[in-house]
Amino acid sequence: MNLFFVILIPFVGAGLTGWMSRFGRTPSAWTAGGVTLLALLCLMPSAAVPFLGETLVQRWPWIPDIGLDLALRLDGLGLLFALMILGIGLLIILYARYYLSARDSLSLFYAYLLLFMGSMLGIVLSENLILLLMFWELTSLTSFLLIGFWREREDARKGARMALTITGLGGLALLGGFLLLGEMAGSYDLSTILASGDRVRAHPLYTPMLVLILLGAFTKSAQFPFHFWLPHAMAAPTPVSAYLHSATLVKAGVFLLARLFPVLSGTPEWSWLVGGAGLATLLVGAWFALYKHDLKGLLAYSTISHLGLITLLFGIGTPLAAVAGVFHIINHATFKASLFMAAGIIDHECGTRDMRRVNGLWKFMPYTATLAMVAAAAMAGVPLFNGFLSKEMFFAETATFYTEHDWGWLLPLVVVIAGMLAVAYSLRFTHDVFFNGDPIDLPRTPHEPPFWMKAPVGVLVAICLLVGILPMLTVEPILTVAVASVLQTPSPVHNLAIWHGVNLPFLMSLAALLGGLLIYAARRPLFTLAAQLEGRLDAQAVYRWTLGRVIAFAAWITRHLETGSLQRMLLLFVLSVLTLGVAGFVGSGSPLTGTRATLPVDILGVLVTVGILAAAIGTLALHRRRLTALIVMGALGLPVALIFVQFSAPDLALTQLTVEVVTIVLLLLALYFLPQRSPVESSRGTRIRDLGVAALAGAGTAALTWSILTRPFASISDYFLVNSLPGGGGTNVVNVILVDFRGFDTLGEITVLALAGLGIYAMLRDLRLHGPTQDADGRPWNWDLHPSIMAALTRLLLPLVLLVSVFILLRGHNLPGGGFIAGLIAAVGLIMQYLTNGVEWTHRRLSDNLHPVIGAGLLIALLTGLASLALGYPFLTSAFTHVHWPIVGDFELASAMAFDLGVYLVVVGATLLILIHLGLLHRASHATSLNPPEPR
Amino acid sequence: MEALISLIVGVLTACGVYLILRGRTFPLVLGLTLLSYAVNLFLFATGRLAIGLPPIIDPNLAKPVGGYTDPLPQALVLTAIVIGFAMTAFLIMLALKARAELGNDHVDGRPDPGDRA
Repeated sequence: MNLFFVILIPFVGAGLTGWMSRFGRTPSAWTAGGVTLLALLCLMPSAAVPFLGETLVQRWPWIPDIGLDLALRLDGLGLLFALMILGIGLLIILYARYYLSARDSLSLFYAYLLLFMGSMLGIVLSENLILLLMFWELTSLTSFLLIGFWREREDARKGARMALTITGLGGLALLGGFLLLGEMAGSYDLSTILASGDRVRAHPLYTPMLVLILLGAFTKSAQFPFHFWLPHAMAAPTPVSAYLHSATLVKAGVFLLARLFPVLSGTPEWSWLVGGAGLATLLVGAWFALYKHDLKGLLAYSTISHLGLITLLFGIGTPLAAVAGVFHIINHATFKASLFMAAGIIDHECGTRDMRRVNGLWKFMPYTATLAMVAAAAMAGVPLFNGFLSKEMFFAETATFYTEHDWGWLLPLVVVIAGMLAVAYSLRFTHDVFFNGDPIDLPRTPHEPPFWMKAPVGVLVAICLLVGILPMLTVEPILTVAVASVLQTPSPVHNLAIWHGVNLPFLMSLAALLGGLLIYAARRPLFTLAAQLEGRLDAQAVYRWTLGRVIAFAAWITRHLETGSLQRMLLLFVLSVLTLGVAGFVGSGSPLTGTRATLPVDILGVLVTVGILAAAIGTLALHRRRLTALIVMGALGLPVALIFVQFSAPDLALTQLTVEVVTIVLLLLALYFLPQRSPVESSRGTRIRDLGVAALAGAGTAALTWSILTRPFASISDYFLVNSLPGGGGTNVVNVILVDFRGFDTLGEITVLALAGLGIYAMLRDLRLHGPTQDADGRPWNWDLHPSIMAALTRLLLPLVLLVSVFILLRGHNLPGGGFIAGLIAAVGLIMQYLTNGVEWTHRRLSDNLHPVIGAGLLIALLTGLASLALGYPFLTSAFTHVHWPIVGDFELASAMAFDLGVYLVVVGATLLILIHLGLLHRASHATSLNPPEPR
Repeated sequence: MEALISLIVGVLTACGVYLILRGRTFPLVLGLTLLSYAVNLFLFATGRLAIGLPPIIDPNLAKPVGGYTDPLPQALVLTAIVIGFAMTAFLIMLALKARAELGNDHVDGRPDPGDRA
């Protein structure tokens, strides 16, 4: 359970930290730090598990049907990454407290950072591939927020968007790769996948799967040719760069390589793709790093280069290369985080990061300079610092490669060149910034930063030194278990010693150091050369061009489809549906008419059909004269209800009749505020075209209905028919389905009804409409009194109507009726009062505050469901019993009736809310236009 | 009878489609109402047509000849009718609001009513 909380705590903590902003900057920093510490503490109880050689898996079923479990795993690799994410995260939180200025919202920054931290933890602790992918995407999104934190700056927005585009596309490829991998292994659980390497590698789809997964990993880890987003992400605040580009975001890609190493590696495809990308990235990154005048630019390209180094190691694919890869992940995280923080301090103190101006800082900030120089030495691979150890293991692996392959000598040669470049850019970072004359034209005079800003750098530099001098005592245990989980076998014998004697790797290290010195000494002509080459090898141009094309294409589509005309959209929609329907039918080759026997035509059927056709076509023909058209359409409801009656659907007939009344009243009320006539707008051609489209649509649906009705089918309704009485306690199956079998659906539906009512209320509240004072023919509006006999009669009828509605409600479980119908009947009865007695009169006697009615209805329905949940049954299971009441007789009592009562109240409330407030609008409009005599 | 029902559904759809292609809000609402009649009838009919079958279970009878009517499409259509009313109401209020805010009842809120589409 604790792994779940390790991930959850940062997400919850993000909200808390955001909330803490009201108490100031320091409390938010404490909260963020406390949250991170808490997550770390939560991880601790399980931290010993990997050291026992075991893998901890904790799982909760989520959507088992698609193999998606909330399954988390803790092994050596996961533990190593989790510790780095949380540990360096803690240092970053401390550093950011002093880095960000008072203008920036610190708590927002921390909230983003914690969200990102939680997503990263999710990646490294996921057992399920799909879950891993979700967290993967979350890191893309949260890093977007972090990189674009200074949203007022254009470069920050652009950099964030570029990072999101590239890593997002990679995530899409990764999804495809994961789905293929999961299908190949027969499971989305890493435990199973890691054990089925042979099956996966032998699968015919291995190569496409590998390419897709590698696309995901390479885009995230900024491998060539996707590396260009990383330097642009430097527009982020430096704490973000220090976190994202040392221990977290870009390491997610190499983490994935390490995680899937036992399954995917060991094939020529793997070696060429991973090794090739790694080698290219190593060299390209190192080359560009040397020529960046921007301090953070140098670090960005060196990060790319080091990621290439790690990727190359996994590409070589031997167990010892994996040891070196994991080791370099640790080392790079420590020295790169400290270097970024140091760069941030320099930027903070000098106001610029341009190395052509920032010189000779040794005199101004000796402590910071010392720390930065130690970290730079680790980056260069100088002995006694941690970078040296992993780099020498790296050289050793390339040297072994050389003895085993033809042309293998190229590899050690290239990596030594890259090593020289690394030494050269590390030297540049040290010499240019801290020595090399005096600062030139700095915006402010630099001095040492506050102690707590240096402290995180100090901690990391101390780790660099400790690991570099005493590797066996410090890093060895965690490295061994991490490697064991990468390889899924015990870690191979490796010797983390500083001195191995004079051998090829040592000579390579030496060559790199000396060569680096030479390159740095000869940097001036090289800078000139680089300036000339600038812009030639520009992957970014390809990105910009592609993005531009895609956007232009999208704009073209939008311009042609979405012209802002509803008519055009609807026409296109109808035509597409028609095309798809016809294509599907023609393609299937099945006959239009099925085998089911048809019912004979009777006279009632013909009459009803004629009635409906007349009303429908009449509505169409008269639609310009709106009132007439509405009245004609009102004639439709009755024959439709008759159809329901004829085909044994009494519930539907009742519903249709009552809804018909409220719909027509509604439309009549609304029509008062709309023009009485529709002008001729479309040209004759357009109208003929529309008629044609409509005729085709009609013919299509008629054909569809015919072909369905003439085919036999097996209904799933038998289940409902058999279980309705014994299970639901009602003989009216339709009602039992509504309140019991599919009660959850009904709950959703009444919620929609309630929302529609409330939405309409909100729309009408501040609406001021002016009603007409004369009708379409120019006759003045009539303010006659409401007919007295009808008014009196309706008042008399009201109690009867309400009684009937209660009766219909109560009997609904066993006979046609139920909450929907009863609610509509009650609503009709009440609306009749408004219609015949006038809004004024009725409004004085009936409250128009219907919100409590709707609320009570929803609450009753929900509570009925929760009650069954509380009793240990599924949501909305109904219980029923029979009681004997004196006089009334045997009476059934079912919990579903309470639910139906909820439905009833919502229907009454929502219907009345809609109609009454529309009616009240009339009153308001009358008050402004005329002063009508009030009925008495 | 199947042919008649198909004809009804077809004609209701055709009239509805023509009306929703008009440029004013009120015919659009009328068209949608016609379309919802068509859809409700269609859904109801997917349970196949049957005359004279009991819709209510008789506890004393084992199983009537020919069985019962299919309750499932009926339950679906019952709520669809009610929700259809709510949606019609929402739409017509939207039309009123648009008229109040934009001063005309064109579906695209076009200010010049004499404009030929």
